[in-house]
Amino acid sequence: MSNQKVDVWVGLFVMLGIVALLFLALRAGNLSSFSLADTYAVQARFDNIGGLKVRAPVKSAGVVVGRVADIQFDDQIYKAVVTVNLERNFEFPADTSASILTSGLLGEQYIGLDAGGDDRMLVAGDAITLTQSAIVLEQLISQFLYGSAEREGAVD
Amino acid sequence: MASQYNDVMNLSSPAPAERATERSDPSVLLSFDRVTLGYGDFVVLADLSLQMIAGQVVAVMGGSGSGKTTLMRAATGQLPPQAGVVSVFGQPITGLKGAALQALRQRMGVLFQHGALFTDLNVFENVAFPLREHTTLTEAALTNKVLETLDAVGLKAAAHLKLSAISGGMARRVALARAVVREPELVFYDEPFAGLDPISMGVTARLIRRLSDRLGCASVLITHDVAESFAIADTVYLVGQGELKAHGSPATLGESSDPYVRQFLDGAPDGPVAFDYPVTPDFERWAEHKGVGQ
Amino acid sequence: MNALAAVGRFTLEKLVVLGQVARFFGMLVARLGIVVKRPRLVIQQVHFIGNHSLLIILVSGLFVGFVLGLQGYYTLNRYGSEEALGLLVALSLVRELGPVVTALLFAGRAGTSLTAEIGLMKAGEQLSAMEVMGVDPIRRVLVPRFLGGIIAMPILAAVFSMMGILGGWFVGVVLIGIDTGAFWSQMQNGVDVFNDVLNGVIKSVVFGVAVTLIALYEGWHCRPTPEGVSRATTRTVVAGSLVVLGLDFVLTAIMFSH
Repeated sequence: MSNQKVDVWVGLFVMLGIVALLFLALRAGNLSSFSLADTYAVQARFDNIGGLKVRAPVKSAGVVVGRVADIQFDDQIYKAVVTVNLERNFEFPADTSASILTSGLLGEQYIGLDAGGDDRMLVAGDAITLTQSAIVLEQLISQFLYGSAEREGAVD
Repeated sequence: MASQYNDVMNLSSPAPAERATERSDPSVLLSFDRVTLGYGDFVVLADLSLQMIAGQVVAVMGGSGSGKTTLMRAATGQLPPQAGVVSVFGQPITGLKGAALQALRQRMGVLFQHGALFTDLNVFENVAFPLREHTTLTEAALTNKVLETLDAVGLKAAAHLKLSAISGGMARRVALARAVVREPELVFYDEPFAGLDPISMGVTARLIRRLSDRLGCASVLITHDVAESFAIADTVYLVGQGELKAHGSPATLGESSDPYVRQFLDGAPDGPVAFDYPVTPDFERWAEHKGVGQ
Repeated sequence: MNALAAVGRFTLEKLVVLGQVARFFGMLVARLGIVVKRPRLVIQQVHFIGNHSLLIILVSGLFVGFVLGLQGYYTLNRYGSEEALGLLVALSLVRELGPVVTALLFAGRAGTSLTAEIGLMKAGEQLSAMEVMGVDPIRRVLVPRFLGGIIAMPILAAVFSMMGILGGWFVGVVLIGIDTGAFWSQMQNGVDVFNDVLNGVIKSVVFGVAVTLIALYEGWHCRPTPEGVSRATTRTVVAGSLVVLGLDFVLTAIMFSH
């Protein structure tokens, strides 16, 4: 095969590889949901983050408005400190509350923001003070059992 | 530069009459100084000394397994000697590595026994290979050189053919062209006549003689073909049983009365090289196991 | 006691081979510069190794995707989670099946042809001829094939994964009738570019290096007879496949353990 023909075929081959990789990254993976828009960072402290992971979505009213950037542990107050990157064109009042929710019953966990009513808006570096930790299934079950045991006892 | 291959194929004049070399000073291109060659404990050739000068055609002859190919491998630096010094172009070749070794090898040409042509390339590309690897000729100059060389071996019109389309004799000639395309100073021919028909043998012998005269190179013929090599060689070295048995011009050897030389030249079945394979302890054990007498 | 000595000898032999392979790898790496001086050689090898493997990779990827779609559906259906089929197919392919199955097919198709080619060149004295001409056969013959394999493998693995996902989509959405939106959105939510796709690519590069290295080593060191070449090609497939599976375990443990 002439050199030119070989070059063309190899070029096509590499092209196919790039297309496949882009397909995997964009259509199969979550690269397209990475917003290249400007973001600002806000912190929130939780008693228990459950299964929350970095790059998990931050949603408000069910719409993705940002991503979890970093999760650290503060050993002064013994809480989890979650840093969240919010898209710059979304502003939230200073008294917004953040809860860790699960998508579906057993799905991945994400942070849900409930907007408050304050006039002042959150800016970069602020902290969200009202937080709701993740619901840990074992605690729920033990609460239920304890509660029903109490009721049993009360009846007797 | 006028092609040095002009009238190489002028077959009418007999070869032995044209022994005059074009170089007046005989430079020693290859020398073996008391060289011992072997593989591990097995010694193939012991205490061998020989010299080759420019413009000579030297035939190294011997029976199968006598160490002829080993000798060639030592000369190209592929096999280090167990003792003695092998010198090429005045430089010892043993222990040379990398660029220095490659520089020496680029001044040599080798025709392998079975051609060793590159099977993924066609005839033209095979002969062009050394030029592509080592020179920076333009494509036009390279094409010219290759076709010239192919012309000298009579295969210019076969340049486009794939290797699967040419006969064994033609393949040998392509390999010959590849070996000399860079006009080396020292050329080795490993069994160039083996398996060829009489016409091809005659052609090859003439080609070797002509190329040697035109290029002024030293040609080393590794062969056991007495008739063809005696017709073109200046000197003959006969090796066997681990040593150099005889050397001299073809005429001298033809008159020798040494029993080994006589057996070889006359083709006698028995003599210093025995017909019967010698009995070994391994054989005796095997025969006993088989229950046969000896 | 004999058994112990045999085990010891076996281990020692394998260690020697490992050392030889490492030294061989070093020889190749030392001569990588050829890609800059003669890129055409590498391009030709990418063609022979990559393009010629494309058909088997495309078809295998498609059919593996079909089967994943079908089997995945049967299993997920039991728990009422059919909508997660896209996620199942994509994760299985991108993390594991893509790199591993491609590497196994690669060892069989490209690995054996590399070993046989080098072995036959050795048998036909072509490598010797090159050496005597002052051309380094390692630089001229082996290194371009090494680079060709390393470049081709990740591309083939990505293509395999892509075909598999499309195959799974075809079976799940077109044939069975799962909601196409759910198929893709669950997949996109669950497949992470860095954790999953990138790790899969890294795996395929590592497998490419391993399989190509073994194929070239076996060809270079084989005995130049028909039997020798046949044994060498067998070893390429067997050793290559085992090494891929072993490396997969190690890499998976490193990459996917949170």
